[in-house]
Amino acid sequence: MAYSDKVIDHYSNPKNVGTLDKSKTSVGTGLVGAPECGDVMRLQIEVDQESGLIKDAKFKTFGCGSAIASSSLATEWLKGKTVDQALEIDNMDIVEELNLPPVKIHCSVLAEDAIKAAINDYRVKNGLPELVAEKKGH
Amino acid sequence: MELKLPIYLDNNATTPMDPRVLEAMLPYFTENFGNAASRNHSFGWVAEEAVDYAREQVAKLINADPKEIIFTSGATEADNLAIKGVYEMYATKGNHIITCTTEHKAVLDTCKHIEKTGGQVTYLAVQADGLIDLHELEKAITPKTVLISIMYGNNETGVIQPIREISKIARKHGVLLFTDATQAVGKIPVDVNADGIDLMAFSAHKMYGPKGVGALYVRRKNPRVKVTSQMDGGGHERGMRSGTLNVPAIVGFGKACEICMNEMATESVRLSAMRDRLENALLELEETYVNGNREHRLPHVANISFKYVEGEGLMMGFNKNIALSSGSACTSASLEPSYVLKALGLGDDLAHSSLRFGLGRFTTDEQIDFTINAVKSTVLKLREMSPLWEMFKEGVDINAIEWAHH
Repeated sequence: MAYSDKVIDHYSNPKNVGTLDKSKTSVGTGLVGAPECGDVMRLQIEVDQESGLIKDAKFKTFGCGSAIASSSLATEWLKGKTVDQALEIDNMDIVEELNLPPVKIHCSVLAEDAIKAAINDYRVKNGLPELVAEKKGH
Repeated sequence: MELKLPIYLDNNATTPMDPRVLEAMLPYFTENFGNAASRNHSFGWVAEEAVDYAREQVAKLINADPKEIIFTSGATEADNLAIKGVYEMYATKGNHIITCTTEHKAVLDTCKHIEKTGGQVTYLAVQADGLIDLHELEKAITPKTVLISIMYGNNETGVIQPIREISKIARKHGVLLFTDATQAVGKIPVDVNADGIDLMAFSAHKMYGPKGVGALYVRRKNPRVKVTSQMDGGGHERGMRSGTLNVPAIVGFGKACEICMNEMATESVRLSAMRDRLENALLELEETYVNGNREHRLPHVANISFKYVEGEGLMMGFNKNIALSSGSACTSASLEPSYVLKALGLGDDLAHSSLRFGLGRFTTDEQIDFTINAVKSTVLKLREMSPLWEMFKEGVDINAIEWAHH
């Protein structure tokens, strides 16, 4: 199976690999997946408390090229968005942007889950109720 | 010499054909195109003679009699013929077969088929090093056991089963021994008499011969073994395998066997030295493990897990330049990693993190150097990107985390 150029580009030059200080109130961390399933994503956002905008996003991913590309792309999209806008990122947008084949759609679902988990972590830390995400099958 | 890319290190999947094999085959596509079963004219005689000669070359490699070689379309067919053929032929004696969990699918699925038709199959577990436990084998034998089917060398790990000891147990209990020796024949000395093998499957394209041809060795003496044919037709191959013989491929198979016979001793030394060099260099990386027994192993195979990086993601770092296989099955619909590695007791995470290196006749030292560098640098790069690596480095117990399985 050949990868799309965009997947290869994100894999070769991943954007925003790294770690934010998870103890900060302004940082939300999402850790999803499982080692036994062959993919684990950790996605973090840092929210500017005044503007409410996501000023930084970082990821680390254990997984195939598509999983790495999905999380790299997600961090790019997150930056500059408000938390509410970030919630609107849909896994199918990632599928479309990266030209993921059907067998790799679960990678995009995982990325969406990671975004939602990071946002929830941020919300809880800041005294907001946890959002109950609709469950996507994967 | 300039390094030519991509590098092929998937010789367990298939091998390139040796040019000497191709040369031997070519006349049998065009001028010598006869049907080896045509008894009444010179076209047939020439073809028959070529097949007879190839049968001798194949038999010699495994120390068999040429009459004991049944040509098939490959090892899968030979596996089917051996297992189903024995099961049907010896139905009055019993209906029980013993095999093991790390066998090739061609054996496992054939056994499953037999279970559906009312047969009994015992699947022996393997130990952590991939070897079967001989006591477990002996304990599994019942008066109804007609066949033990244990592979010679494993296709994923290269682990070599103790065939001679298995044979002694089989003989003691009057049970036939079949071995799928697809990965072993042509790579290490395989002697059906010294090893005490009753039936054996192997294939040309794993030993620098053409695809689409293989053989089943069927012992004729002490004991005389018979299999029920699985295809009806003209009664070729002593009635055990009907179908017009694939003469050019059989000629190539013969030539491939002859070359292996002559060159195996030096080739295996060269390959194991290169394999060991590759393996030792990669083991310099932290948290890197060899899968399977390192002593009892085919000379050209290395199966290594690089903990905290995923195999498919790892391969993507160099698969433009290096062709090999992973125990991760991220692309398959099931998302299940290698059942062979799991049978060795590896967790799914380590199975997902494995690469299989299959060296071959045309592998060079330069290719190994390039591979060492490419794999090492990709592992390091991906570990920098791996949340699991970061947790490991921080001393977090990854097994204690409650992962959301999906």
